Amino acid sequence: MNSTYRELTVAGLWHNNPGLVQLLGLCPLMAVTTNFVNGLGLGLATLLALVASNLAISTVRDYIRPEIRIPAFVLIIAGNVTLIEMLMQAYFHDLYNILGIFIPLIVTNCIVIGRSEAYASKNPPLHAGYDSLMMGVGFLLVLVVLGGMRELVANGTLFAQAHLMFGEAARGLTLTLSEDFKGLLLAALPPGAFIGLGFLVALKNYIDKRMAQTAKSAKTMPINNFGETA
Amino acid sequence: MIFSKRTSPYVSGKQDVSSIMRQVLYALIPGTAVLIWYFGWGMLSNLVLAIVFAELLEWGMLTLRQRPVRPFLSDYSAVVTAWLLAVAMPAFSPWWLIAIAMIFAIVIAKHLYGGLGYNPFNPAMVGYAAVLVSYPVQMTIWPAPVDFSVVHIDLGQTLQHVFAGSAQGWDALSAATPLDAVKVSLSLNKPLSDIYATGQFGLLAGQAWEWVSLAWLLGGLWLLWQRIIGWQIPVALLGTLALMASVFWLIDAQAYASPLFHLFSGAAMLGAFFIATDPVSASTTPTGKLFYAGGIGLFTYIIRTWGGYPDAIAFSVIIMNMAVPLLDYYTQPRVYGTKRGLQG
Repeated sequence: MNSTYRELTVAGLWHNNPGLVQLLGLCPLMAVTTNFVNGLGLGLATLLALVASNLAISTVRDYIRPEIRIPAFVLIIAGNVTLIEMLMQAYFHDLYNILGIFIPLIVTNCIVIGRSEAYASKNPPLHAGYDSLMMGVGFLLVLVVLGGMRELVANGTLFAQAHLMFGEAARGLTLTLSEDFKGLLLAALPPGAFIGLGFLVALKNYIDKRMAQTAKSAKTMPINNFGETA
Repeated sequence: MIFSKRTSPYVSGKQDVSSIMRQVLYALIPGTAVLIWYFGWGMLSNLVLAIVFAELLEWGMLTLRQRPVRPFLSDYSAVVTAWLLAVAMPAFSPWWLIAIAMIFAIVIAKHLYGGLGYNPFNPAMVGYAAVLVSYPVQMTIWPAPVDFSVVHIDLGQTLQHVFAGSAQGWDALSAATPLDAVKVSLSLNKPLSDIYATGQFGLLAGQAWEWVSLAWLLGGLWLLWQRIIGWQIPVALLGTLALMASVFWLIDAQAYASPLFHLFSGAAMLGAFFIATDPVSASTTPTGKLFYAGGIGLFTYIIRTWGGYPDAIAFSVIIMNMAVPLLDYYTQPRVYGTKRGLQG
């Protein structure tokens, strides 16, 4: 029983990370992560939608006819997302305005429908809920890291506009790198999102490769075809 | 008796990457000399900084990728990239601007795609576009050519500006480039004859700038004569640009600049002979080259005339680089003996 949860944790956070490995939900991932707080906001909204929808879908999975399962899933997801959208509109109105269309678009996010089709429709509610929680956290982490990275490179700040999420007291959270930092505007533009995500995927693959190498702790060094002999 | 069992080709050319790159560098000398004549230390500092950064980054990436360092460092390909970028950037560019441009050119556009020969995009133009989009202010401050400015800037002042930031009264030295002047004036609904009357303009295009373009043309013709580049790309690029400019110039000569002005201002000549002809990122088939360069000329005119930027060689080259795989696929020359109209 415990091993299932451990596997789900590792898969969601790392080996099957929706942002870095499955490369799902790229549209919000690219469009929203211009800074840390936006990434966090959309990540939390997606996480909530994911967990609520998958719990619901897993609970009613035996009553949905397989022929019409996808429309039924979408209906459930859309209901949940609408609830979350209304909650955000009520309690985080400024953030709601910034994220705009990307909150209702969570309905069409491939991660949500993907997890419900691949996991929640075949597994009991507890497992499905935990799986979607881990997938959501994995996606949230990528959003936050990419958002922070782009914000740092483009504006030289971190946690700007934190008051949108945590109230007025959080204004002081903003870190400024240097006063006369001439930010690389490209990082905040769409190409910056692609380049940034590319670097994150590359970093993940590099870490995987290093871990595989140390795990093997091979007796012979791998032969490098291109290295200089001298 | 043992016969040699070599297969064709039996005669191989003596050209290799480093000899081609060296000849491109020779061809760049006249235009660069004219630029240095007009902009003095500012252009020289661009060149030196760009080449130093390029070689350092090239060395770093080759070491990281565990590739042989010496052959790639001495093949001049990074130097050519750096050189093209240095002459494209405004004179007296600050060091960090050149460094960022070179990082995008060498690290991202060249080595992350697999190094020399594997880059789908022209490295110099990716670097240029990245800094142009990110730092529009710094990238559009061209100093006035020295002939016209009252102040002479010596080496010390240049170094101070490049490394320590702006000196006093620096803004007074900058002037709009001819393309920029025409664009701004036209957007204010001034007729072109008024703009030409301001005295900035010479016989062909802007004063000073027409000499730069003529010098690029000279170097480019030498490259053609040496058969380093084919005729297709320069002819198609300049031809399309001139054709577009002629059509609109004939429609309304007061609202659209003349074809001569378009050919001899901005980066048209540099782009046609040196940038678009990059053997790696350009189309490789003869017909493909015509379409590729024609597209660059077309986009350059469109962006110059109706777009947000005064010049557009960099963006046009990058746009057409994306079309190159498709162009190459559909323009494969017919192999002798095969039927027409058969797709491989």
